[in-house]
Amino acid sequence: MATTSEIQSNRDLFERVARRRRRQHAEQTVFTWLLRAAVLISILTTVGIVIILVSQSVGFFAEVSPWEFLTGTEWAPLFSPQKFGVLSLVGGTLLVAVIAGLVSLTLGLGSAIFLSEYAPERLRRVLKPILEVLAGIPTVVYGYFALTFVTPILQNIFGHDQVIVFNALSAGLVMGLMIMPMVSTLSEDAMVAVPRSLRDAAYALGATRFEVSTKVVIPAALSGIVASFILGVSRAIGETMIVKIAAGATPNLTLNPLESIQAMTAYIVQVSLGETPQGSLEYKTIFAVGLLLFVMTLAMNIVGRWVISRFRQQYE
Amino acid sequence: MNKQESIINKRQKLHAIRVLRDRIFVVGFALAVVVGILGLAALLFDVLIDGLPFLNINFLSSYASRKAENSGILAPLAGTIWIVGMTALLTIPIGVGTAIYLEEFASKNRFNRLIELNIANLAGVPSVIYGLLGLAVFVQFLFNGSRSVTAGALTMTLLILPIVVIASQEAMKAVPSSYRDAAYAMGANRWQVVKAVVLPQALPGMMSGIILALSRAIGESAPILIISSLVWVTFIPTSPDSKFTVLPLQIFTWVSQPQHSFRGIAAAAIIVLLIVLLSMNGIAIWIRSKYQSRPDQ
Repeated sequence: MATTSEIQSNRDLFERVARRRRRQHAEQTVFTWLLRAAVLISILTTVGIVIILVSQSVGFFAEVSPWEFLTGTEWAPLFSPQKFGVLSLVGGTLLVAVIAGLVSLTLGLGSAIFLSEYAPERLRRVLKPILEVLAGIPTVVYGYFALTFVTPILQNIFGHDQVIVFNALSAGLVMGLMIMPMVSTLSEDAMVAVPRSLRDAAYALGATRFEVSTKVVIPAALSGIVASFILGVSRAIGETMIVKIAAGATPNLTLNPLESIQAMTAYIVQVSLGETPQGSLEYKTIFAVGLLLFVMTLAMNIVGRWVISRFRQQYE
Repeated sequence: MNKQESIINKRQKLHAIRVLRDRIFVVGFALAVVVGILGLAALLFDVLIDGLPFLNINFLSSYASRKAENSGILAPLAGTIWIVGMTALLTIPIGVGTAIYLEEFASKNRFNRLIELNIANLAGVPSVIYGLLGLAVFVQFLFNGSRSVTAGALTMTLLILPIVVIASQEAMKAVPSSYRDAAYAMGANRWQVVKAVVLPQALPGMMSGIILALSRAIGESAPILIISSLVWVTFIPTSPDSKFTVLPLQIFTWVSQPQHSFRGIAAAAIIVLLIVLLSMNGIAIWIRSKYQSRPDQ
């Protein structure tokens, strides 16, 4: 039979445990709410971006018709008469982005094939980090490189009268070099996912490594390769400093990569650097251009990820 | 007999062609890697040749000047330290917190999948758009037109937040679920499991992700250019309300000068920037490789 004091001490113990339980529960509740608040910030960021871009653009489109904006080919918002044809900025952006996309696809796919199909593991472990360094170099440094190294070489090749100091080709080539590691990594991931047995079957039929790579691995990994190209171009469209430093500030709808152009991002930065009063039509143009840029890159990113998930081959 | 011989001949010829094509393309694919590495080498070489003559102790301890020879990077260096410090203070709790919630607390329902999709999309938004967001929300709305360090750091926080979240989630995914189960079996609640089991295990992976994200913030110029828009700064920021410039922005300013003499100091500043970034990347890789290969995992 338990004495009264024993019962009392047991009760104390139970109460202490219960108190600690309650405290732990309260701590969990507090931190769960703090974590929810942290998650809220990323939602608010998206909401903020959309609200800011749309609300400022609404003010812009009240004064300039969307039709004129989207179909006009002359862009001169800072001069009079003002012209708001965004196509010349879009054209400049796409010209650089396509050059960058082609360069990064050629280099990235080539190096992905070499690293995943040819290179021995030890060589791969040395080469891959070196290429990854390219992705960590700031874009302003690439801009410097394009302007002071690549452009003079282009001028020597094509002639100084043909190549303007600020040109789309130099910016595109250097941007391609910058995006190459990303395209290479994404393509390589897709190729590594192709099962060994498919390769072995082709080798057993007497195929060479080149035939295995081009007729088995690349077709099997095609969705990943296409996606890496789309995501790379999207990255190039949003890139700012290289085009601002090396591609010029002349809105110009052209297919000639040796000419000076102005990219959408470079225009946004140019206006922010100047003394454009807040609320003026010129000020609102950067948000309208920003909205278009946002929609373009978002669409490409969604398509890129959709291609990866939709066409991913399922192997056992 | 003759017919068979000719068939064999043909086969041999075809085989020779196929082997030759294989050999040629090995060189072609290897060339892609070589071009990438040569591009990197040319870039580093270009910067070193142009910049090394200007790199001395005065360059680190003086302000920007109208004369290239007298210019230094004191103001942008201090600005960069301010920005990256405040960004780290804001990003780490918010980013890690978001990752913990998504990985450990959230049920896998449609709403939480939508949040993850949203974060993946934010990671792909061009940095210049974050600059516009920061200009409209922080500079003009919150701080009444003051282009302060705080506005810059807040903008940078939003920019690198998706990177920190995704890296932290990856680090937590790598913690074996048996560890969690063991803690739950001892009667721990969710928060205790996170605090005592998941976070300590995932810490190295998170740290390397956070360092990489911060190095992105150090090298990023477009949003800061829109937020700060100051090109000649000759003072050190003394408080979070100060105006500021950062290294990449100073480099941009010097590169944009028409006088060629400024290119040399731009290159010298690039050398400083690259030393900082490459050593941060090196630390991140070191942390990852040091803690990655555990026998029991």
